[in-house]
Amino acid sequence: MSGYTFAEKALARAAGVSSARAGDILDVRPDLMFSHDNSAAIRRIFLEMGAKKIARPDRIAITFDHAVPAPTTKHAQNHAEIREWVKEQGIAHLFEVGRGICHQVISEEVLILPGETILGADSHSTHFGWLGAFGAGVGRTEMAALWATGELWMRVPDSMRIALTGTLTPGVTAKDVSLRILGNYGVEGGIYASVEFAGDTISTLSLDQRAVLPNMMAEFGAKNAYLPPDKAVFDYLDARRTRDYTPLYPDPDAVYAHDYTIDVSQLEPQIALPNQPDNVVNLSEALGEPIQQAFIGTCTNGRLEDIQAAAEVLRGHKVRCRLVVIPASSEVYLAATRAGYIETLIEAGAAIATPGCGPCMGNHLGVPAPNEATISSANRNFKGRMGTPDAPVYLASPYVVAASAVAGKIADPREVLPLSR
Amino acid sequence: MTIHRCWVYGDHINTDVIFPGKYTYTLKTPEEIAAHALEDLDPTFAAQVQPGDVIVAGKNWGCGSSREQAVTALRYAGVPMIIAASFSRIYFRNCINQGVLPIVCPELNVLLQTGDMLEIDTDSGQIAVHGQRFSIPKLSPSVQAILDAGGLVPMLQKRFGKV
Repeated sequence: MSGYTFAEKALARAAGVSSARAGDILDVRPDLMFSHDNSAAIRRIFLEMGAKKIARPDRIAITFDHAVPAPTTKHAQNHAEIREWVKEQGIAHLFEVGRGICHQVISEEVLILPGETILGADSHSTHFGWLGAFGAGVGRTEMAALWATGELWMRVPDSMRIALTGTLTPGVTAKDVSLRILGNYGVEGGIYASVEFAGDTISTLSLDQRAVLPNMMAEFGAKNAYLPPDKAVFDYLDARRTRDYTPLYPDPDAVYAHDYTIDVSQLEPQIALPNQPDNVVNLSEALGEPIQQAFIGTCTNGRLEDIQAAAEVLRGHKVRCRLVVIPASSEVYLAATRAGYIETLIEAGAAIATPGCGPCMGNHLGVPAPNEATISSANRNFKGRMGTPDAPVYLASPYVVAASAVAGKIADPREVLPLSR
Repeated sequence: MTIHRCWVYGDHINTDVIFPGKYTYTLKTPEEIAAHALEDLDPTFAAQVQPGDVIVAGKNWGCGSSREQAVTALRYAGVPMIIAASFSRIYFRNCINQGVLPIVCPELNVLLQTGDMLEIDTDSGQIAVHGQRFSIPKLSPSVQAILDAGGLVPMLQKRFGKV
């Protein structure tokens, strides 16, 4: 009999059964359940169900991030309703306006650990694969059901393996790898699948870089994504965690529906052209396209190393288009300030905003006008994503976004940078 | 056997064009949510859709955000089922939970045009289009039970004694 994939092991553990196979349907008890500004809507569904008390309030987290600080009275009322609910129900973890984006904050607070299962009312919940957890997104009604019962049905997904080999060259990042995966296999390439990364590249990536891969697998259609955790992950967690854990690794003879290998050592910077994240070309094919706005931030690329990359590119330069920079969390913001990166960015002409999702899904803090092009370090560039259907969005790494802000058109960071990495 | 008018779309239709993210925290009533259904994909849809109409789409319908209004906007507009070559996984779950039947059927969006009619017999699991028949794949019993209850809310209402 063949070995087990990560997904088979993780969901069996979360369901309290001895083993499971792809295709099995299990009742899963997640180790953490989280939502964000959508929690007021989830509350209304919860009450409609007739439930009274949240089943496991110690395992619930809520983060204000999608529209912070509240841009309109309606958004503020939404936040107020959530604060009241958190108090009434004794929800253990509330992260206020300014703390940051759910995926980043939960990672910093270490509310989830390797081998555990986390379900979020947000599509980028695949993010938690960076530390070897099973993370998947659910809808609002399902989160209401999770609040009410503490469990949810899950189908054990088929798994695919993506082995990354080689070392990235300076100015090329995990974002470029993620975009290349989408370019190679399409936005449905990982549909319903557990995308399990392997290969020698992973241990060469910083933790900030590693988080990009599972995060971007949401655009691949994946149910979850996974990186095998190593000492770098354990050291980070051990300094912050409050409970013990046992990491999970796929068996060497596990069966994968697909098995891909990508040599990243020759990879160039990548860019996704409008209007789909798999519309990916080598950056060299898009150089010179005019842009009116550049945006660095989001759960995908708003971490310290991303802001450091922007500062390296922007040091001593002035931007030739609007540049909005939004740290993914207050911890990132503080560290970037102390390191002098924020000062460098402001001197270059960047506008810095409160940690949160910013303009990623068109709410506020940098939505473009019709016919204005944006280059963004975010994850999605569907038509209308940033608020208006006529504003094209390009996706790239923070290096490329910063270099493009300096040039006022799409540019190669390797021409601007004295690259140290 | 029921007869439905079709709205036919292509591959990779994402939740941003089905229900734009900028509305997700401010619109609450069924009427105002339905009014923005498919706003950035097909501006004629919200004004012209009739109860009973169905969506017939290509691959990966509903990719992108987990926002449930991408299903409820269509449900509130009277769409009882969505046929697609494949669904994004969160969208598929959201359909089940909202009591909107998701039907995986690869060929139909190529055969049909918006305005065409199709016949669906959920009892026998058949779709009839232009004289051709297609079968509706069976769902697992636990998933079918949610649909049979009318969605996850009515199912849990029974458990919590609300009905």
